[in-house]
Amino acid sequence: MTGKMKKIYIYTRYERSWHWLQVILIAILLVTGFEVHGTFTLLGFEQAVTVHNFVGITWLIAFAFFVFWIFTTGEWKQYIPTTKKILLVARYYGFGIFKGEPHPVPKRKDAKHNPLQRLTYLGVAAILLPAQMITGVLYWTYNSWAEWGLDVLSLGMIATAHLAIAFGILLFLIVHIYMTTTGHTIFAHTKGMITGWEEVEEGTLVEDWEQKAK
Amino acid sequence: MKRNPYKNIVIVIALLSLGLIAFLPGLSAEEEEIAPGRKMAEQAAKGIEHWTTSDHSKFSALDKEFSSGSEITEACLSCHTEAEEQFHKTIHWTWLSPYDDGGTYGKAGYSVNNFCISANKMEDKDCNSCHVGWNGKEDGINCLLCHSQQDIKWKAEFADYAFFKEMGDDEIADDIQKKIQSAAKDIGLPGRKNCGNCHFYGGGGEAVKHGDLDASLINPKKTLDVHMGIDGEDFTCTRCHTTSFHRIAGRVYSTPAITHRKSLVESDLVPKIMCESCHTAKPHNNGHKANDHTDRVACQSCHIPEFARAHATKMWWDWSTAGKLKDGKPYREKGEWDRPTYKSIKGTFRWEKNVVPEYFWYNGSLTTVTAKDMIDPTGEVWISKPNGSREDENSRIFPFKVHRGKTPYDKVNNTILAILESEQVDGFWKTFDWQDSFEKGMAIMDLPYSGEYGFVNTSYVYPTTHMVAPKDNVVECNECHTNHNSRLASLTEFYMPGRDSLKFLDMGAWLLVLAALGGVALHAFGRFFAGVTRRKEK
Repeated sequence: MTGKMKKIYIYTRYERSWHWLQVILIAILLVTGFEVHGTFTLLGFEQAVTVHNFVGITWLIAFAFFVFWIFTTGEWKQYIPTTKKILLVARYYGFGIFKGEPHPVPKRKDAKHNPLQRLTYLGVAAILLPAQMITGVLYWTYNSWAEWGLDVLSLGMIATAHLAIAFGILLFLIVHIYMTTTGHTIFAHTKGMITGWEEVEEGTLVEDWEQKAK
Repeated sequence: MKRNPYKNIVIVIALLSLGLIAFLPGLSAEEEEIAPGRKMAEQAAKGIEHWTTSDHSKFSALDKEFSSGSEITEACLSCHTEAEEQFHKTIHWTWLSPYDDGGTYGKAGYSVNNFCISANKMEDKDCNSCHVGWNGKEDGINCLLCHSQQDIKWKAEFADYAFFKEMGDDEIADDIQKKIQSAAKDIGLPGRKNCGNCHFYGGGGEAVKHGDLDASLINPKKTLDVHMGIDGEDFTCTRCHTTSFHRIAGRVYSTPAITHRKSLVESDLVPKIMCESCHTAKPHNNGHKANDHTDRVACQSCHIPEFARAHATKMWWDWSTAGKLKDGKPYREKGEWDRPTYKSIKGTFRWEKNVVPEYFWYNGSLTTVTAKDMIDPTGEVWISKPNGSREDENSRIFPFKVHRGKTPYDKVNNTILAILESEQVDGFWKTFDWQDSFEKGMAIMDLPYSGEYGFVNTSYVYPTTHMVAPKDNVVECNECHTNHNSRLASLTEFYMPGRDSLKFLDMGAWLLVLAALGGVALHAFGRFFAGVTRRKEK
């Protein structure tokens, strides 16, 4: 890393609170979920189910606030996918990073996600997580299916889908957590998500297409 | 702007812990609350004292000398004018299922089991000792077996009375007569001993047939039976086995004990034989997952974790080894719990205590094999088997004692052989002659016997419904919801969380997780070594 670093404020207080709340919720859901699935024993099946259900509903409610936030603040535009520079970013993580090259799309207040992140986070926030919530709610309301005319569903089907998505989220987490170490220091991005302030090189321009729409 | 960078995390964690702290004690408090199903049952079962307008000791009809059982019955019937007619229609008298016309099912019909196999249409005399009549069926009904509150050996007392009377020893005869009169005047609803004298000893000994009915229920602790515990509710059998016209609720055979699950709130005259009768269909606290189970899982499945908790019950009876003699004489061997493991007259036995039941879908009725039915001797023959399936909405998962063994059968006709046993009628227990006992037994039944016999593996089920354990001993969720020795491992036609998974999905996904971990680890190493190399080059 060459050049002078400058601090910019990227993540608002709500965003950071939401992020870390979700970290805790998803961690608990993964652990208790896999216990319910029979992968290991920790709390005991009954307690694991109770905690999983409670935390799941908590997550659902908290997610509603996130959806509200993202649309009222216009932050949703940060998730609009683009293919521009995506190969450059992919090339950076595949080769450039080993050679100490600078990131092709550094973070900006108005463009906090690089194209690869946009695509990934859109997939996670718009598809993976809602799908997990829907299958989770269905799983939870199994006993009412007949009443609601949902008899066509089978518990095995819903449970398997719920599990498959859980694995997807786990895979995302592994890569996501690793990627936080790729900043100019290992904990730079983590610190940014805690304080809201990220350090970037001075003088890098934010291109038009990355600008928050005015 | 001065800010504490960790403030937000602290806030998040604090909020979350507050939520959890508020939530978890709520859970345990809920558990301590009395569940609605228990409240309902306590209301329904209030007023244990029994009211009556009659004192039988004051009845002049009973104030006379009785020299035979039928004389007492005559006295009973002089007031209870309809009792005999009612009783003659019950299975306690006929030993025939009231639900089929042909007289096929029942001990007096063609029904068989894998214990003593058959009562040979009541001709196998030893089997009749339990029949509710004087001298078997010969001399009319015996009201006192069920209604006398005194437990005396009627047959012996009358025999002694006749003997001493004839000998002219009036003093002793009078004493015996007083005893007889006292027992005849001490009348009430059937107590545990009245029922238990037969039902605790079915199959020729205590706890032989039923794993959940034995003499420990005469004075049980509530840890053995929450309903009958003398330190608890202190129920008699008739508290749940309610009666109309001498027909006692609760018999299970080709028809369910009850065809509709109703609580007393829905119908106050419904037999109280179902758990739901008093406890309702949603007995657990609001929001408790167990309430969501009651439509498919019988209460007994969780609330009777094991049967034979007081005395060992017979689990295996191999007839094929019967008939061995020592010095020309029959003998017996005893094993654990002082229970016989071999008897020349019956064969080899296995006993078990604290047995985990087997679970089946069950709609309340059983399919049974009779001595007339063809069997398939190539596999295990289910002499009785629960009816039901997951698709049938009236079926629930129910716990059973399964008694297995080797039972004689006709190798040509492929039928179970109703062997004649009683010494009184020169059966197997006297002659130890297989051929002779099969011939006699089948002849009484008017059924063919080819002359060739063998032994076939059989199983026979008993629904487990008594000896309900206190709620603290209930079956835990993870005894079924587990992929390791689940209690319901054999019921594979549905998905059960914690037990079932698509093996390839689990395997494949964990491989992907490993690959991801490996990938990022490699990437991290790459970055580390590339960084070191770059610094060296500078």
